[in-house]
Amino acid sequence: MAQITLHVNGNTHAIDADPDMPLLYALRNNIGLNNPHFGCGLAQCGACTVHIDGEPVRSCITPVSAVGNGKVVTLAGLGTPEKPHPIQQAYVEEQVPQCGYCINGWIMTTAAFLNQKKRPTEAEIKDALSGLKCRCGTHMGILRAVKRAAEMMG
Amino acid sequence: MSKMENIAQFSRRSILKAGGALVVSVGMPIGLDAVLAIQDAFAQGTKPPLTPDQLSSYIAINADGSVSAFFGKMDMGQGLFVAIGQMVAEELDVPFTSVKVIMGDTATSVNQGGASGSTGIQLGGKQMRMAAAEARRVLVEMAAEKLGMPADGLTVRDGLVHAKADAAKKVSYAELIGGRYFNVQLDWNKEIGNTLYAPGKAKPKDPREHSIVGKAIVRADIAPKVYAQEDFCTDVKLPGMVHGRMIRPSVAGAVPVKVDESSIAGIPGAKVVWEKGFLGVVADNEWDAIKAAQALKVEWSDAKPPFPNAGALYEHIRNAPVRKRQVEGKETGNVDDAFKSVARVIEAEYEWPFQSHACMGPACAVAEIKDGNVTCWTGSQKPHFVRDGIALTLDIPKEKARSIWVVGPGSYGRSDADDAAMDAAVLARAVGKPVRVQYTREQATGWDPKGPASIHRARAAIDASGNVVAYEFTSKGFSRIDVNTNGGAPKDTLAGHLRGVDLKSADGFGVPAESYEFANKRLAWETIPPLLDRGSPLRSAHLRDPVGPQVHFASESFIDEVAAALNLDPVEFRLRHLKDARDIAVVKAATEKAGWQSRPSPRRDQTGTRVSGRGIAYAQRNGTRVAVVAEVEIDRSTGKIWARKFTVAHDCGQIINPDGLKHTIEGNIIQGVSRTLWEEVKFDARNVTSIDWMTYPILDITETPESIDIVLINHPEIAPSGAGEPSIRPVAAAIANAIFDATGVRIRRVPFSPDRVRQSLS
Repeated sequence: MAQITLHVNGNTHAIDADPDMPLLYALRNNIGLNNPHFGCGLAQCGACTVHIDGEPVRSCITPVSAVGNGKVVTLAGLGTPEKPHPIQQAYVEEQVPQCGYCINGWIMTTAAFLNQKKRPTEAEIKDALSGLKCRCGTHMGILRAVKRAAEMMG
Repeated sequence: MSKMENIAQFSRRSILKAGGALVVSVGMPIGLDAVLAIQDAFAQGTKPPLTPDQLSSYIAINADGSVSAFFGKMDMGQGLFVAIGQMVAEELDVPFTSVKVIMGDTATSVNQGGASGSTGIQLGGKQMRMAAAEARRVLVEMAAEKLGMPADGLTVRDGLVHAKADAAKKVSYAELIGGRYFNVQLDWNKEIGNTLYAPGKAKPKDPREHSIVGKAIVRADIAPKVYAQEDFCTDVKLPGMVHGRMIRPSVAGAVPVKVDESSIAGIPGAKVVWEKGFLGVVADNEWDAIKAAQALKVEWSDAKPPFPNAGALYEHIRNAPVRKRQVEGKETGNVDDAFKSVARVIEAEYEWPFQSHACMGPACAVAEIKDGNVTCWTGSQKPHFVRDGIALTLDIPKEKARSIWVVGPGSYGRSDADDAAMDAAVLARAVGKPVRVQYTREQATGWDPKGPASIHRARAAIDASGNVVAYEFTSKGFSRIDVNTNGGAPKDTLAGHLRGVDLKSADGFGVPAESYEFANKRLAWETIPPLLDRGSPLRSAHLRDPVGPQVHFASESFIDEVAAALNLDPVEFRLRHLKDARDIAVVKAATEKAGWQSRPSPRRDQTGTRVSGRGIAYAQRNGTRVAVVAEVEIDRSTGKIWARKFTVAHDCGQIINPDGLKHTIEGNIIQGVSRTLWEEVKFDARNVTSIDWMTYPILDITETPESIDIVLINHPEIAPSGAGEPSIRPVAAAIANAIFDATGVRIRRVPFSPDRVRQSLS
């Protein structure tokens, strides 16, 4: 066990944890942020995605000790109903999710992508999101929402 | 108070608000035999028993005039609750926004079957519509007495009953009954589950009067999910809760014979729960439970590998003894005789693999036992049956068990959710603390109940003039109810099997649902025994549209094969034999929208590596009709298929919410493409080897179709049928037929993975 300091959504948390424990469990159980989700524990689906210093990271395989001084942002820290990230707004407007368990991965990955890439092509969008899983089959809605968000972000 | 405790208490508060605490109980219940004013006879302060024959079991008018609709089915993410709210608001004449649909808590709703068979609106909505109509009738009666006017002189607008002739003579629902309960008996058919039906005296509205039903109202649950404000069943946390993980054998059927608890002695709070074949661990925190499950030393029994060798699945099915054969409906004419003397016989056989629910997240459940009462938070789509299963598993009266559905990580039938609920209950009793158990990805894909593998044989007899005079279709496969459609009994759950209850595999399959007319026709199915008699990772059960995709992959591919053999356009051939007007209408609607050009398949005009083709397939499902036109592109060198465009015509009778319906159809098409192109549960003699997203691939976003055009055919005059599953049904055949159109090659085994397609084309 070790004392580890995490910077999450603008707050600082000191936790006592196994350094090998994936960040996912620190966020969910030590800090009480229910997004991200556990989907596979293998970095294969994206349901656990968070940003560390703006980059999308699969928290299910990232040891909590490897985060260092990185600034972690989860879905709860990305935006609010009053001040949404464009992809969140687009997700609501396009009524994208079905069960909604996967959206953490899609939204966080898209947000990181669109924050860096303006006016992406459809092929670039698909490429950026490749590998993320959605079992309910909301792919059409996801692509509509990402395109809508990209337009909003100019 | 920590955030975790907050969450649990918040959940409990919501439940109480949704249920008993809604209404302040006043005085004694009113005896029905007493002579009462209508006001008192229809309403009372204490809640009548939560039984299907009570109006209060479905509808309550709260003190503020808002409506609670207690629904015994669940929304699995397709916005069903919106449609139910629309139906209830419509019949009650209240604004849609004043209705709150409360689902899935066994303490607040009766067992309407959970999410099941696309019956959310068809049967669940039908009941809610009847209950709401009866509530309105009763409220108008009450208003009539209060206003001293005949009921037929009154009308209702936005929850306000007023005289038709004088809007000033009025009384609101809230004034009439707000905060008290309906005390009205319904005419219950004495059934529970999907078939539960309990109408009152009221007749529902004429569809021509509908103003809320039919509107594209959006879902209110999306924003909370998008802003991380909504908890899933994976997020339920209780004070004192510990974390559990289950341990499964590497050889299916093996049971633990020696468990070395000292191997996890260093892990805080780690405990072994071992009962016959049931083996789990708990620890105080989640990461420790994961580590304990990995570290625990277990010696397993020397079980004989139970499965056929890799690649021998279809041979096994072909050679297996038939346990039950069923001809569905009545044979038309005499099929055997008709085949004896015909000019030509066309025959084909098709194969479909085991498929996994492979839910987005592994199943999770939380169970708490307090003062002998068990509460289980579950993502199962059938929480009422989970309650029943827990009662039987723990051997307690049903009244002492409660199950609360909290949205889970996807659900497409009898998934691993029901097993997790039973595991949580067994663990919680063993350790005397609330337990949250979540499966691993390996367990979610490897050990969930599977959609059954099958083969399908079809033959057609053609006379000398080229007419089809006989048609026979027979499926042979594992039962779709090897374990039942819910976790309602230990014989149907892993915990039950592993603790010593035998699997009792029942017989169920299906036949093509269509209206093709031939002089001689026979549709049949045959089931074979399971591969392992208990605790099997290949136990078969309901997976979205149980056996529909496989049966219609085969039957609608075969219809295409016959059309091609007769050198006929596949649409023209279908229309020549289809007899049902609504079937004909969907086929015409889809093909017209898709710009279908009449010609036989294959197209024969393409050279080069990249070729394209179009295919049609159609099916019925319990009253709903769907036709799908697929347009695909195939890279002959890689075998990679891109299902580029779909055109879907969909008729499910009256449409309650066209927006929700379109999203539901899109999801069906995408999941159907995934199951057709990629999905196959692989296994070796020892166990299932599809255990993650690499070994059980599904459709990637890069493979998304360019467009899905949807034609909704609305029949307000026809009672709504289902939409949750019908449109997944024709997808595989539409793609197979398009591949044939493009290449002239008929692929008769799903999935159409690049390797298989490349082999088939070479």
